[in-house]
Amino acid sequence: MPSLGADMETGTLVEWLVKPGDFVKRGDIVAVVETQKGAIEIEVYQPGQIVQFLVDLHSKVPVGTPLALIRTEGEAKAAAPPPLAAAAAPMPAPPVIPQPAAAVMPPPARPPVPLPAAAGVAARKAASPAARRLAEERGIDLSAIAGSGPGGAITSTDVERHLAAAAPPAEAKRPLGLDLAAMRVAIAAAMARSKRDIPHYYLQHQIDVTPCEHWLAARNATLPPDGRLLIGALALKAVAVAIARFPAFNGFYRDNKFEPSAAVHVGVAIAIRGGGLTAPALHDADKLSLDDLMSGMRDLVQRTRAGRMRSSEMTDPTITVSSLGERGVEALYGIIYPPQVAIVGFGKVVTRPWVVDGAIEPRSVVTITLAGDHRVTDGHAGALFLAEIGKLLQEPEKL
Amino acid sequence: MQQELPGTDPIELTYREAVRAALRDALARDKRVFLMGEDVGRYGGCYAVSHGLLAEFGPERIRDTPLSESGFTGAGIGAAMAGMRPIVELMTVNFSLLALDQILNSAATVRHMSGNQFGVPLVIRMATGAGRQLAAQHSHSLEGWYAHIPGIKVLAPATLEDARGMLWTALQEPDPVLIFENVMLYNISGKLPRDAGAVSIDKAVVRRWGSDVSLITYGGSLWKTLEAATALAAEGIEAEVVDLRSLRPLDDVTIMASVGKTRHAVVVDEGWRSGSLAAEIGMRIIEQAFWSLDAPIGRVCSEEVPIPYPRHLENAALPQAPKIVTAAKAALGRA
Amino acid sequence: MSEADIRKVVQEELNNIAPEIDIATVDPAADLRETIDIDSMDFLNLVTALHHRTGLEIPEIDYPKLATLSGMVAYLEAKLKSAKTA
Repeated sequence: MPSLGADMETGTLVEWLVKPGDFVKRGDIVAVVETQKGAIEIEVYQPGQIVQFLVDLHSKVPVGTPLALIRTEGEAKAAAPPPLAAAAAPMPAPPVIPQPAAAVMPPPARPPVPLPAAAGVAARKAASPAARRLAEERGIDLSAIAGSGPGGAITSTDVERHLAAAAPPAEAKRPLGLDLAAMRVAIAAAMARSKRDIPHYYLQHQIDVTPCEHWLAARNATLPPDGRLLIGALALKAVAVAIARFPAFNGFYRDNKFEPSAAVHVGVAIAIRGGGLTAPALHDADKLSLDDLMSGMRDLVQRTRAGRMRSSEMTDPTITVSSLGERGVEALYGIIYPPQVAIVGFGKVVTRPWVVDGAIEPRSVVTITLAGDHRVTDGHAGALFLAEIGKLLQEPEKL
Repeated sequence: MQQELPGTDPIELTYREAVRAALRDALARDKRVFLMGEDVGRYGGCYAVSHGLLAEFGPERIRDTPLSESGFTGAGIGAAMAGMRPIVELMTVNFSLLALDQILNSAATVRHMSGNQFGVPLVIRMATGAGRQLAAQHSHSLEGWYAHIPGIKVLAPATLEDARGMLWTALQEPDPVLIFENVMLYNISGKLPRDAGAVSIDKAVVRRWGSDVSLITYGGSLWKTLEAATALAAEGIEAEVVDLRSLRPLDDVTIMASVGKTRHAVVVDEGWRSGSLAAEIGMRIIEQAFWSLDAPIGRVCSEEVPIPYPRHLENAALPQAPKIVTAAKAALGRA
Repeated sequence: MSEADIRKVVQEELNNIAPEIDIATVDPAADLRETIDIDSMDFLNLVTALHHRTGLEIPEIDYPKLATLSGMVAYLEAKLKSAKTA
């Protein structure tokens, strides 16, 4: 059971997405775990073959409990009788799944031969790519659906029909795993710990984002909705780029010392409809193109609101960015999410009189704020960091 | 075949007359423009497109050439490099193969080979397609081959508006543009605004809106495809018809937007199936819209035979509305 | 697509974004951002979904016309009509 946050003690295994005998590679989603923050998709860090499950479905187990046994490629080749109990020692988080002595085994000369799959192929029902994607998004089992496409293949229309028939009443539609009361407890614990342990300092900086608005309007005018950018994507990218130049705001404070992070994983604060908040990571945000960053944000927001976050996203944000959107307020002062050391807030864009080249003009202005951890940085560095974000947003085309 | 277009003061004309109006307009607006090809002058053009232009513009600008496609296409390339804006007419795409060396090895490569010192702002028009019982040496649809070549643009005007408007835009291009006029289109008539003019040459256009299947086509097949869409509508199937207009570059955005919506695609292409433009489009859909698809992509192409002379065999060899209807229904699982 | 079809598509897509809201109770003349609390990302997802369902371009400049439920239906209906006759 991985630790999906400093405040997590136990988790409930609610779903396996693999079965014994399956081969998995690094990054595959293998299970769903229910926590106070919602249902989290668990990724695997160790490639190999699933040998055995060690925890029953729906059991609640402490962090660190082994969930399953994976045989690495070297061991699979050795084909010895499975060394079950001996290998199932608890492992520290974040590796999800125990790794039986992987390090000492030589790498295989070539990939293992996959398990015989002929029976599975013969039994496999034809389903279109669009149907498969939709079914995966909605968590539908295709084997329960009759196909109406060419050759009896299941089409996306068939899946939609199935969804419509199976749709529960509106009240029951909140995705399983989003327990708002439990989430509130988790937020309370993390924020109380932050206010107790972290000496916050606050800075604010007003910047002119008219160049961003002009650039976005011109760019989005020629694009279909899928390709359009929101100003939030520019803001996120500016923070990610700026932080690469101010590494003291990017990382974790643990065991009385600051550990800077080489990677920039920006936590995106996402409000849950009906109350609740979480901030999963957009990985390597500084290296993403604006288009990739925007689609990453869309994906995060959609999955988060559907209650499908991934374990790595929950555990490794290195800084958080929060925005209350266009219906929010002019400035927000965030509380740092431990063990991070900074949170950047974006207020809503407002039109204000602004002096441009000696004349007063109406301009679009946004207030950005920084809450910094005084154990790691001082206001001087924070001011330079905020100013850098502001500068980057003057030239959106270069982001 | 009728076409209604919005605009005040419309005039009735044929596709042939629309091409002629485009030529006349270009010749009048730009002194550097001249027309050159076999029988374009005294005879008035093999398909009577340039009829009357010799009298109007004189033999310096409407130039009859010997039967030597390679020679006069090369002359057009030289003139373009030297600052003129030639329009070279090749009688049919079959004959254009004699000029293929000039088109591929010279026109398409000069900018590259000269390190950007020279360009070839040349427009080459040619007739393409079957349906007029001109047999296997005058009837093929090889525009897909030309769409393979980097360095040129390839256009296929299917409507009066495009026949009238693409030429001027093509003449403004710094590099060669090939315009393919399907022989079955010359006699279609419809209305165009009297002041119709240049149109864009870089976007595909949705000619008919529909939600169930995307029929992607161009040139002479557009009208057969629209006819098929009408027949499909009678059976409750709403087909969307995408007119590519430009075969190189292809407007992937419009194609994918349509397929993303309908989740079913059939490509209608008068070229032969193997190694066809239809194959390229199908592959791009697989590359870019695979996860939106609900069925294998269908193709309606010409039969893989030399286009026959007898009318019934010629018709049987070409894409026709009933074949398109069948392919669309197959994609939807309705045999 | 009839007006009723368009209304159904809009309601389905709104429901995907705000599943806990009973769309039938939403005032068709009220600003959606206010009444059902959707943010710019929700709105962009809604426009994207409507683009895919109808095939229509919905440029940003037209966003103000989509502020209410009834405005959205009227806008799509008018665009579909002109797309069909073009």
